[in-house]
Amino acid sequence: MSNTSKKSTLEVKSNIYQAINEKILILDGAMGTMLQRNKFEEEDFRGERFKDFPHPLKGNNDLLSITQPEAVKEVHRLYFQAGADIVETNTFSGTTIGMADYYMEDLVYELNYQSAKIAREVADEFTDKPRFVAGSIGPTNRTASMSPDVNDPGYRAVTFDDLRIAYKQQVNALIDGGSDVLLVETIFDTLNAKAALFAIEEVKEERNLDIPIMVSGTITDASGRTLSGQTVEAFLISIQHIPLLSVGFNCALGADQLKPYLKRLAHNTQLNISAHPNAGLPNAFGEYDQTPEEMQALIREYLQDNLINIIGGCCGTTPEHIKLIAEVSAEFEPRKLESNQPI
Amino acid sequence: MSRNNKINLQLSGLEPLFITEESIFVNVGERTNVTGSRKFLRLIKEEKYDEALSVAREQVEGGAQIIDINMDEGMLDGVYAMTKFLNLIAAEPDIARVPVMIDSSKWEIIEAGLKVVQGKAVVNSISLKEGEETFIHHAKLIKRYGAAVIVMAFDEVGQADNYQRRIEICKRSYDILVDQVGFPVEDIIFDPNIFPVATGMDEHKLNALDFFQATKWIRENLPYANISGGVSNVSFSFRGNDKVREAMHSAFLYHAIQNGMTMGIVNPEMLEIYDEIDKILLEHVEDVLLNRREDATERLLDLAESFKGDYKVNEKAIAEWRNDPVQERLTHSLVKGIDEFIEIDVEEARLNAKKAIEVIEISLMNGMNVVGDLFGSGKMFLPQVVKSARVMKKAVAYLLPFIEAEKDSTASSSAGKVLMATVKGDVHDIGKNIVSVVLACNNFEIIDLGVMVPPEKIIEAAVKENVDIIGLSGLITPSLDEMVYLAKEMDKLNIKIPVMIGGATTSRAHTAVKIAPEYSATVIHVNDASRAVTVASNLLNTETNANFSIALREEYDTLREGYLNRAREKNFLTIEEARKNKFKIDWDAFEPVQPNFIGTKIVEVELSELVDFIDWTPFFQSWELFGKYPAILTDEVVGEQATDLFKDAQIMLAKIVSEKWFQAKGILGIYPANTVNDDDIEVSLPDSSYQFLTLRQQSQKTVGAPNIALSDFIAPKESNKQDYMGCFCVTTGFGVDEKAAEFESQLDDYNSILTKALGDRLAEAFAEYLHLKVRKEIWGYASDENLTNNELIKENYKGIRPAPGYPACPDHLEKPTIWNILNVEENIGVKLTESMAMWPASSVSGYYFANSESKYFGLGKIKNDQVENYSKRRGISTEIATKWLAPNIAD
Repeated sequence: MSNTSKKSTLEVKSNIYQAINEKILILDGAMGTMLQRNKFEEEDFRGERFKDFPHPLKGNNDLLSITQPEAVKEVHRLYFQAGADIVETNTFSGTTIGMADYYMEDLVYELNYQSAKIAREVADEFTDKPRFVAGSIGPTNRTASMSPDVNDPGYRAVTFDDLRIAYKQQVNALIDGGSDVLLVETIFDTLNAKAALFAIEEVKEERNLDIPIMVSGTITDASGRTLSGQTVEAFLISIQHIPLLSVGFNCALGADQLKPYLKRLAHNTQLNISAHPNAGLPNAFGEYDQTPEEMQALIREYLQDNLINIIGGCCGTTPEHIKLIAEVSAEFEPRKLESNQPI
Repeated sequence: MSRNNKINLQLSGLEPLFITEESIFVNVGERTNVTGSRKFLRLIKEEKYDEALSVAREQVEGGAQIIDINMDEGMLDGVYAMTKFLNLIAAEPDIARVPVMIDSSKWEIIEAGLKVVQGKAVVNSISLKEGEETFIHHAKLIKRYGAAVIVMAFDEVGQADNYQRRIEICKRSYDILVDQVGFPVEDIIFDPNIFPVATGMDEHKLNALDFFQATKWIRENLPYANISGGVSNVSFSFRGNDKVREAMHSAFLYHAIQNGMTMGIVNPEMLEIYDEIDKILLEHVEDVLLNRREDATERLLDLAESFKGDYKVNEKAIAEWRNDPVQERLTHSLVKGIDEFIEIDVEEARLNAKKAIEVIEISLMNGMNVVGDLFGSGKMFLPQVVKSARVMKKAVAYLLPFIEAEKDSTASSSAGKVLMATVKGDVHDIGKNIVSVVLACNNFEIIDLGVMVPPEKIIEAAVKENVDIIGLSGLITPSLDEMVYLAKEMDKLNIKIPVMIGGATTSRAHTAVKIAPEYSATVIHVNDASRAVTVASNLLNTETNANFSIALREEYDTLREGYLNRAREKNFLTIEEARKNKFKIDWDAFEPVQPNFIGTKIVEVELSELVDFIDWTPFFQSWELFGKYPAILTDEVVGEQATDLFKDAQIMLAKIVSEKWFQAKGILGIYPANTVNDDDIEVSLPDSSYQFLTLRQQSQKTVGAPNIALSDFIAPKESNKQDYMGCFCVTTGFGVDEKAAEFESQLDDYNSILTKALGDRLAEAFAEYLHLKVRKEIWGYASDENLTNNELIKENYKGIRPAPGYPACPDHLEKPTIWNILNVEENIGVKLTESMAMWPASSVSGYYFANSESKYFGLGKIKNDQVENYSKRRGISTEIATKWLAPNIAD
């Protein structure tokens, strides 16, 4: 297994580097938003296999890759049909740390492996142009550089080594399942991301393979900083020690609020830039109501400002959003990098 | 200096640190190091992490761009301490904003540190000491954790102790890092070993020189590598002799930086300014560092002895005055402003006296008379007198309970009752407070009504308290009218209390011409605090009072007539003629610089960043010490005083910065703008537009000289060129009043006044800082500017930032326009009083003009035709316009 995947990832690596030079790559939109349309209930999440599992499982979206694989595959398919070049695996919470909430730590390898495998299968259905699978590596629900206890600021609910070990397991499974790229995303604490990058480097060395890495942070509010307090520039400096395919931002904000931070990013790096913003900000009911047309207009501004190499959507975006984003992106050249700087 | 390699090191805490070829030397804070600071070691050992954090905070606030953290001590669990301390720092954004340097000789401590920092840190250090394998292993992990690394010039044989070994080991380390580890070259920092010099051992003679040369070689041969080092090592032989050590550190750094050193671990308190090192000492130090003479070490050792000697003599002298009789001790404390022994001495005097009040009336007043004599004869200066007053106040406070107890001593022994007030609409009170203190020292009873005092309140208090003198103060021009108004009102009520006028915009001429005619009793302008006592005494002395008042009245009458006659002789143009003679700029050839930023922006800055922008000359002026800084420090007459004052100011400034006494807040805006109708500037905001109204010089000029208005510096609409202008408001005033009040409550007027004076200086520094940012970055019309602080003070820069209320635009009514455009009050809290003074007082507002031909000028006097024209443009009555522009209207 690992032998063939090694070969394929090496080939894909050259492919994605070639593709990103030629055009703006389209990333998919939200998985959760689409899965919600199925209105799955507790028994749907459990499926046959977990019908006697002693803890509630509703809400464990990652589990659907095992219990409702067709539903997940259909979402991938819709995004590829809408024009996505890259889809993300359904593994946002796929670490022992994230799965601890559902008492499913033991299932982590299988979850990631299956998620990558089904995404790969759908990608292989499309033969018109190269389609890529990005193994999604989420931030976990704990922060390594902040204390959850205001009275004990020196306390940490998770350590670098806890994260490194958990991420390493996820990374191995994602690669085994056939991921072409790894996407460390929705980074609200740079130290968590550094642990993920450290784990990826260990895996790369141990398995003697290379795999492109995308990094995507999250600016949580108008302060222009990550949740753990870093500015755009400080975040960028903190994750550049590892060779990256791209760096960017996703989630938390809509395309319009995200723009100034993308500009600052673009101003400071020679790396490819990615963005997958939310469909605006959630309304009073927690729903996203920015229409595909509205979002397309905002993305057009990104493109006019020469900010983008990879573009997609996060919370609230649908295949309709991605379709219009893909259409407008086809009108533009990718952001060009100047290669006269040392970094 | 040309080098074939460039520096491009990027580090981060919560904020980025870019170290480039253009960066000035990066200083690394060294006090969070248990091997270098006994205090820090104790705090960590006793788990007093809160206090340990404040050590880190002080360093960052004191300007450290990176903080070095070292927990290498035998009795400490280094992994635990490093992890705990770095985790705690992560919770303190004001510390965590800078990158950390994880300093240890033990790998497990370094790795523990790397696991808890989210930013890009520096590891200090690794080396080839334990062989290539370990070196490569560590370097690889450091790269994977995402940190830069300091590599010591150390190999399997030992530490490099000569030039050849230094460059060999650095070259070998560099090649391994680049070729075998793939370490980013710009993240490699070499420490080529700083060793002590002047140890008396011949083999140490080249220690500094070898470091300089190795540094130069590395920068020329190992591309992108940085150089660091621990500077205090070099002066190890002179422990205990800080004067020499400070000089050595500065001289060493000076040469090391010249050779390419980029960062270093430095204690900023152990650094002398290179240019200020005693010339002879510097020569001796450099002889040693550069190994310029055989006997350099012996000569420096001899010279060093003499510096030690100085300190000892002083200590002895200090002790001796304590053996003098009590009266002399009291006088000494008062004259020198020493409060350490005052209560002991006052108590001794009290026990010797019949009544406690006698200590004040006899002993302390004897001392204060000496102060008064010295002050009167120019041998003491204002800052000293204020310090004397502080001692006096403490002595009196100590005695008061005893005096109260002795019931029969109720009779007032005051020389007179003086009411002091800053008039309505004005918030400036440094000058008023100085005069109050000086008068109080001379036994006047002061009733201080504070600032922004309405006229009716002044009158009411004056009558009720039956005061002997009213002192009025004001700094901004509308205050002049307030004073005139008050004089009129008092005259109506037939009040005969003498009035003293003071403050920056007041003048003898204004007092004579505008105030004196309105008040039938005595009014006198007092231009400095040293005259206040004489004037007050003369006014209240029943024998001389009458003559003094008559003489004064005559003097002012003469002055007024002369002034009015002279004013009439001056020639003026009509406003139309003046406009035809405007300052001409070739608008056809004009290419406006498109601002990098258009819109409104709130600016926050750490006080520490403003310190370098302080213009000290006006600071001394506010204490009535006249002369340019820094020459004033060595001035024959006031030098000693200026130096003492400056020292106190520096100490307080350090506290202001480190303890965040004040808050610096600023706002600016840059907008499209064009001149319309000759004298107005139309400013366009996204959904509204505003007009700045400028005033034009009207006095007849020599042939060829223009009649300038600020609008001449902005392209007129009909030029069809889109020009821009900006405006701003900055303050460092939040916190000033509270801190000053705190000192006042401790009877410490000296520090209260010092607080306010420094608040004002910081506000001006903020304006200077922001103007620089605007020129170089925010607007960016002078992005290549590179001026020294001195050149900034001399206003050598391109473009101007005139302030409403000052000579180029004396019209205070422009401030509300700025307030509306920038929404100043809502955004940063600075308010305008009814007289258009800014509150808090330590605030500066103004405009930005970028045109390279724009320049500062004084409006001078204008005529009524312009006032009428202006009132129509402003949409106010001519009377109101006249009231606001009065100081500038020709009679």
